[in-house]
Amino acid sequence: MKEIDYASAATLSEAASLLSKAGDRARVLAGGTDIIVQLREHRRDIDLLVDVKNVPELSAMTYSATDGLTLGAAVPCYRIYETPAVAAAYPGLVDAVSMIGSAQIQGRASLGGNICNASPAADGIPPVIVYGATLKVQGPNGSREIAAADFCVSPGRTAMRTGEFLVSIHFPPPKPRASAHYLRFIPRNEMDIAVAGSGAYVELDAGGQTFKTVRVALAAVAPRPLPVPEIGEFLAGKTVSDEVIRRAGELASQAATPISDMRGTTEQRKHLAGVLTRRALNGAIERARG
Amino acid sequence: MAKQIVQITVNGEPTDVLVEPRDSLLETLRENLEMTGTKEGCNNGNCGACSVMFDGRLVNSCLVLAVEADGKEVTTVEGLATSEGLHPVQQAFLDKAAFQCGVCTPGFLIATKALLEKHPNPSEHDVRYYLSGNLCRCTGYHKILEAVNAAAESMREGA
Amino acid sequence: MAEKKQWRVVGTRSLRPDGMDKVTGQAKYGSDINLPGMLYGRVLRSPHAHARIVSLDMSEAAKMPGVRAVMTAADLPDIASKLQELGESVADLRDESHNIMATGKVLYHGHAVAAVAATSLHLAEEALKAIKVEYEPLEPVIDVRYAMSDDAPLLDPARKMRGIGDEDGKPSNIAQHFQNKRGDLDKGFAEADYVVEREFYNATIHQGYIEPHNATAQVHPDGRVTVWCSSQGHFGIREEVAEVCKLPVGMVKVVPMEIGGGFGGKTKVYLEPLAVIMSQKTARPVKMWMNRTEVLLATGPNPGSLIKCKMGCKKDGTLTAAAAELYFEAGAFPGSAVGAGAGTIFGPFKLENMQVDGYDIVLNKPKSHAYRAPGAPNAAFASECVVDELAELCGLSPLDFRLKNAVKEGDRRADGPVLPRIGLIETLEAAKNSPHNNTKLAPSSGIKRRGRGVASGFWFNGAGPASVILNVNADGSLTQISGSADIGGNRASLANIVAEVLGIEPTDIRAQIGDTDTVGYTSVTGGSSATHKSGLAAHECATKIKEEIIKRAARIWETDAENVVYDDQSGAITNKADAEKKLTFKEVARQANRTGGPITSEVSVNSGGAGPAFAVHIVDVEVDIETGKVDVLRYTAAQDVGTAIHPDYVEGQLEGGISQGVGWALNEEYFYNKDGLLMNASLLDYRMPTMLDLPKLETIMVEVPNPAHPYGIRGVGEVCVVPPLAAVGNAIYNATGIRLYNTPMNPPSLLSEIMKSGLAELPEASD
Ligand code: FES
Ligand code: FES
Repeated sequence: MKEIDYASAATLSEAASLLSKAGDRARVLAGGTDIIVQLREHRRDIDLLVDVKNVPELSAMTYSATDGLTLGAAVPCYRIYETPAVAAAYPGLVDAVSMIGSAQIQGRASLGGNICNASPAADGIPPVIVYGATLKVQGPNGSREIAAADFCVSPGRTAMRTGEFLVSIHFPPPKPRASAHYLRFIPRNEMDIAVAGSGAYVELDAGGQTFKTVRVALAAVAPRPLPVPEIGEFLAGKTVSDEVIRRAGELASQAATPISDMRGTTEQRKHLAGVLTRRALNGAIERARG
Repeated sequence: MAKQIVQITVNGEPTDVLVEPRDSLLETLRENLEMTGTKEGCNNGNCGACSVMFDGRLVNSCLVLAVEADGKEVTTVEGLATSEGLHPVQQAFLDKAAFQCGVCTPGFLIATKALLEKHPNPSEHDVRYYLSGNLCRCTGYHKILEAVNAAAESMREGA
Repeated sequence: MAEKKQWRVVGTRSLRPDGMDKVTGQAKYGSDINLPGMLYGRVLRSPHAHARIVSLDMSEAAKMPGVRAVMTAADLPDIASKLQELGESVADLRDESHNIMATGKVLYHGHAVAAVAATSLHLAEEALKAIKVEYEPLEPVIDVRYAMSDDAPLLDPARKMRGIGDEDGKPSNIAQHFQNKRGDLDKGFAEADYVVEREFYNATIHQGYIEPHNATAQVHPDGRVTVWCSSQGHFGIREEVAEVCKLPVGMVKVVPMEIGGGFGGKTKVYLEPLAVIMSQKTARPVKMWMNRTEVLLATGPNPGSLIKCKMGCKKDGTLTAAAAELYFEAGAFPGSAVGAGAGTIFGPFKLENMQVDGYDIVLNKPKSHAYRAPGAPNAAFASECVVDELAELCGLSPLDFRLKNAVKEGDRRADGPVLPRIGLIETLEAAKNSPHNNTKLAPSSGIKRRGRGVASGFWFNGAGPASVILNVNADGSLTQISGSADIGGNRASLANIVAEVLGIEPTDIRAQIGDTDTVGYTSVTGGSSATHKSGLAAHECATKIKEEIIKRAARIWETDAENVVYDDQSGAITNKADAEKKLTFKEVARQANRTGGPITSEVSVNSGGAGPAFAVHIVDVEVDIETGKVDVLRYTAAQDVGTAIHPDYVEGQLEGGISQGVGWALNEEYFYNKDGLLMNASLLDYRMPTMLDLPKLETIMVEVPNPAHPYGIRGVGEVCVVPPLAAVGNAIYNATGIRLYNTPMNPPSLLSEIMKSGLAELPEASD
């Protein structure tokens, strides 16, 4: 690894000033499970790591049934599923954070880091999109909010400007008869990067038979985590049936524009986008019905 | 950036060590402190051979920087046995012949201890899921599963 | 011939002598060594699969902070072409040297080009970036069919095929063609009612040991060299270091460190000579170890192979003829495992008419090396899948078909030699009687299709020289020093044997591996030979100690040795001339220095065959027909293990073989891009089974003692990886009706066949 500097920030403003001073020569260090590997493999060239784990806002996790969940960007994955109220309210998020790497990785890696790494295959991002989360970023001149669906722009690139960093992720409070499910396909049973993934959020009507709101986002089938609004538009107001879910799967396959690489083929990924979307929708419906 | 001194409490012993920011906790343990019980299998978070407890959490020490460990507590395989004898997890791996070459063993021991402290009575799936970040190429995991179960039983009895 | 009998210690699950150190982190593996003044060495590797090195400038790197030595191939002595046995294969030492560091051309992605030694690992790595190399990229040759074609670029324009009279004298990437032939092939196929002919391909895969290669070298002022490394055979490493560095073998001492897995891959030097040369340059110890990417890029993976296999049988299932052509990807230099593949492909089958052609082909991949039963799994994937088809055509169960054609003692092996006492029939019967075979497969439901597959496998098992020393200590404990590297319980097995002979407990034995200056020459722990050959030496060595103990007891009692009775069951030593007199091993040991001096013994043997081994595997799989994913539900391995000296470590071998075989069958592969670059050189994307990918494993140890050993030891470590590929392939067929002819049988390949077959009536992706 090349020589780097390390600074641990204690406050938001300290982090902001360190990061803005160094510009694109600096990078945030939270769990480190991506950035350390990237530096070691010479896939990123920077001079400074700014450790943000001691910044209170980035390590805080607050949840209430009325306000929803605010998750500091450096909160490690395990805290999400080891906090029963949070786990119960956002099962689609738990799906993802309990499949990022191993127990060892989940002890360090944060959802915020998973998002900022902006991998098209990130498991953490589709659930954040389909839950309709908002991301709060801080820059030298204050903070702003970005919708989760707009955050990733291309492999490794986000909508954040140089000097900005992610502070927290806000999830709206859970609604009745609503839930989400995230699924991915990997060749082994753990430890792989998604060949394809699909996250579905479903809100049903009072009878639990009709779709009110549906959001689907896909992983690893496009240059960025891919929201598929066509599915939501198609399903809204429709009665739940195998037929419409099958059609939703087709829409997912159509929306997918994957590449072939060592992890999967174009044909396989398009097909999987459909299969996983059907399964994720069914899983979300089952959860929504409770 | 200049080297700096960090204080890491390794297996209960506060230890000052001179590190560079780019040194991982794994390198620091192995090369600076010569505590070579913790192994490197991939140096990338994919094999679990370098597993240690870090402030009570199971982590891959290859993905922690030594500077992040300043003021933290680290438990390595060298810290499992006491003057009283082996930890039940160590005893079970030994009794059940749960290793062949043994290079994955330190990581498995630490991860198993972490698992059993959290889930004293894990199902087979719990064990396989929790330990899926630890690769073993020699055993096919069969005897490891038996050892984990035996360790769980003896820890429950001891508790 | 050894009878199957009950022993007191042999066959028990004693605690391994090295176990305590391995659960406490005290065991020292190769890279656990830290020496005063030690430097860290790193290697610069080729970013191209095939390129000419136009220029190589080390001057800037040499000036980098902390750098104490730099080296290139020019620093390695130029050595003559010479064939050398390397554990499980034969290689040309000149090629070895050129593989260790490229000269003129780089021949694969990751080929070593230069090295540096610096005061820290990071500084060494930074110095690599200051090395200036200019490459002229050449067209890479990655596909074995292309490599053989006339259009393919030549890796070495001077190389011509060694053949069987079919040489055309033209330069070629085909290094060798050979043929094993018996009987009348045409007549055999004419007698057949069914003939099945298929073509198979196996992708390159890696042994996947968790501990990366490592080497630390210290040159002493008088020119002696000490090397610390983990290997499967430190005597072989010493020879290679001596040859490659042009040193007298006696000037090189190799200290065996604990080894974190080898599976054949650690019987060859990569870093050792570099550490030696850089230590010579600096007079300081130099430690090197590979990172995981380097291990995958630039060590010796298992060769990829193209195999054409044709077999014929009568309606009743009797095989009448078999023919195969094996094209093995040797990698950048000749010397693949094609010979062993050709020798094993029809191993379990009694055949009068057969022909096997083997081709050894060079291409721009790392030089392949031994991997557990080298060549045999590739070969068995072909023959055992074809046999599965024949069995179905005959309406016979896969096990009955194999029983009908099974080889037994006195039959000729497919490649010629007559078989000694073997246990294939017993193993097939054990599989037939297994709980697994007698439990019906749970029915398929919906998108989850279940199937069962069977396959068998054969491996020769090797042998060779081995040495053991025993020293009796004053407290009655025993120091056991052996020359075999211990990868998976060798010390424990030897301790069981010694304890058995002497009527003592394995816990009385302190077992170590001796370095090359301490113990006699011992060949590599490979070819499933170690327990057999070291076991022979240990048995003989312990027997000598026993004779000496008897002499000493006689001296204590002032009687004739003939009067002394040493009961190896109880360890009691009694005097026929005086029933009152009793001694124990410990008591005699305590008096050693008063009765003639220390009691020690050293024995070296050159063992004959570890006894051919056969395995039969049964596997149940479940296929998700929407995704092409295969899950292994149940797995049983039956194997003739001779005598299980230490059942834990015999089972361990079988279980490990299953695991590696399942990984090979389903997911493992070297994934090359069109430029010949290896894209998945990490344990993230080179997908070995995790704990979640395997079920509980059932093992059946069939014990047909090997007549060539007093305890009946047979090699057990390799044949267990031979059947899994075909067993899994046959199970997938049983589940889906789809046959896959390439490994890995991974989700994209299976899914694409499923989609073609219309098996899954699913919404197709449309765009
Ligand atoms: S060495 Fe850290 S996970 Fe492999
Ligand atoms: S015992 Fe060798 S890797 Fe696990």
